[in-house]
Amino acid sequence: MNQQPPVPGKEPALAVSNLEIRIRGDHDTFTVVSDMALSVHPGETVCIVGESGCGKSITALSLLRLLPEAAHVEAGTVTINGEDFLSMDQRRVEDFRGEQIAMIFQEPLTALNPVLTIGEQIAESVRQHRQVSRRQARARAVETLQLVQMPDPERRSRQYPHQLSGGMRQRAMIALALACDPKIIVADEPTTALDVTIQAQILGLISDLQKRMGTALVLITHDLAVVAEVADRVVVMYSGRRVEEASVYDLFDNPVHPYTLGLMGAIPRSAGGQVGGRLVDITGTVPPLWDLPTGCAFAPRCPRADSRCHSEQPPYEEKRPGHFAACWEPDNG
Amino acid sequence: MADDPLLSVEDLEVHFPIRSGVLQRQVGVVKAVDGISFSIGRQETLSLVGESGCGKSTTGLALMGLIKPTGGRVRFEGQEIKSFSRPALKAYRRRMQIVFQDPFSSLNPRQRVRDAIRSALDIHQVGSRKQREDEVAQFMERVGLRPDQANNFPHQFSGGQRQRIGIARALALKPDIIVCDEPVSALDVSVQAQILNLLSDLQQELGVSFLFISHDLGVVEHISQRVAVMYLGKIVEIADKTSIFSEAIHPYTEMLLASEPTLDPRKRHTFSASYDDVPSAINKPTGCPFHTRCPLSTDQCRRDEPPLSSRQDGRLVACHHR
Repeated sequence: MNQQPPVPGKEPALAVSNLEIRIRGDHDTFTVVSDMALSVHPGETVCIVGESGCGKSITALSLLRLLPEAAHVEAGTVTINGEDFLSMDQRRVEDFRGEQIAMIFQEPLTALNPVLTIGEQIAESVRQHRQVSRRQARARAVETLQLVQMPDPERRSRQYPHQLSGGMRQRAMIALALACDPKIIVADEPTTALDVTIQAQILGLISDLQKRMGTALVLITHDLAVVAEVADRVVVMYSGRRVEEASVYDLFDNPVHPYTLGLMGAIPRSAGGQVGGRLVDITGTVPPLWDLPTGCAFAPRCPRADSRCHSEQPPYEEKRPGHFAACWEPDNG
Repeated sequence: MADDPLLSVEDLEVHFPIRSGVLQRQVGVVKAVDGISFSIGRQETLSLVGESGCGKSTTGLALMGLIKPTGGRVRFEGQEIKSFSRPALKAYRRRMQIVFQDPFSSLNPRQRVRDAIRSALDIHQVGSRKQREDEVAQFMERVGLRPDQANNFPHQFSGGQRQRIGIARALALKPDIIVCDEPVSALDVSVQAQILNLLSDLQQELGVSFLFISHDLGVVEHISQRVAVMYLGKIVEIADKTSIFSEAIHPYTEMLLASEPTLDPRKRHTFSASYDDVPSAINKPTGCPFHTRCPLSTDQCRRDEPPLSSRQDGRLVACHHR
């Protein structure tokens, strides 16, 4: 665990190193995430950004040991609060989830239980972790709903998920995640299903709460604009690997990896201004994970790829202080 | 041709009845589209932008005759499409086509791509069988697919490729106007860029017009010449792209633009976390539909609905105060 520059006097709340995740297919198994590392300090927001299939969501699930049955962690460690989370027994894992680390899912309608009221669901999680009466747990549920600025929290706590609007449901889910004051929150595309005005409210809420409570936040997204709004540090993933990592300012000022450059150029607004300007499109498509090229996974789509890119995997190394990338080109950008 | 817009829509209305109880009595009405007017010229892209439930997709479907409008007039090259009956629609649909949002559900999984693209040509009996086959190959190539993939089924293609199939199918009849209903919102950003570039190229080459329906302001800013902002079944502002993005007049347009995340970490917003929800089209607020969320709202807004009235530079805005 020596790949991140240590922040003086502070232990990371969450540290991941050498994480490798494999999935069982019909005939054999293949790797979906390899050599993943992450360290998040209290109060810090780290964004993992990438397109569908890059392994960002499965990484998020592995952080809570919620991987689907076909997937398993092949190697690596996840350290939460100084303890190895992956080798922990199931009972302690359940203690840790909610108290130490909690998750906000993309689609609240599928993540919330449709046959329990919002209040019951939050109270259930409180009683799982705290020695409190039912009444106290319900009171705590209303209090958390208040914290996420749910309108009329007393009444809403007695309603079912389908009775709430999309924005309210996402607030309820955030309340559920916050009910036991976790040190780390993992949010997987928390605003993707929402309209833009509601997205703004939820982003405002998340960063508000995080600042107030000093939570470490891992935010998974495909949207670089969301990254620019909330991140302190950014990890860009492609085909199951990190391709670039830097502070948010550094990444937007001087992106190093051609994939990051391509992603930024592909956003319509960046080409705005000039009428009918063409967007940078990254030609081709993401290679399937069971049939990755031998060299750099991005090489077949990369405008700068040479023969070495096609034959050898580039090392993930520090290109500038605090700015990591996996690219053969020595000084691009 | 210069005077008549290609397509003009006047007071288009799509109301759905709400029925309930054993007898299925009508208990209310959803005013999904509530009297909107706009026009589209040749080789022009007009975008309808708004949040979910504002009626933008319903507008697209109604113009295609896939949902029957309950009121208003639609004129194509000055000719009114009166009844939206089958024969009237058949002629009109040759000129107007649609690309749907979801490239997974809008293609028949059991139909080969060749047949999906050719079926429109078959229905309208364009040319001989051989000619149609050639056309299919031509259009596949034009949208960036290999003609030798014509015998494949939709599941053998990626999301972006499927959207290209949808576009080829819409192009097959050489329409004058294509309704694009959120054509890129299901796609990853790099693939989205490919499709947006393809659409601009096609417009340049074929002179086709687009009615582009989207919730994504970035995409809208990139692709359109004019923009109409919809809120709860009404157009609240309509203007050319540059003026709307440089200076919004309607408070709702302003709110939309202010909610859009920036791409510059140094210019972060301080988004307010406080709760503010969109009312639904079922129980629409009285007066101005936006008054419940509007910072400028007054008694007049609660009482009277503002008409869409013209401002300088030919902009149309529906607001009492701006």
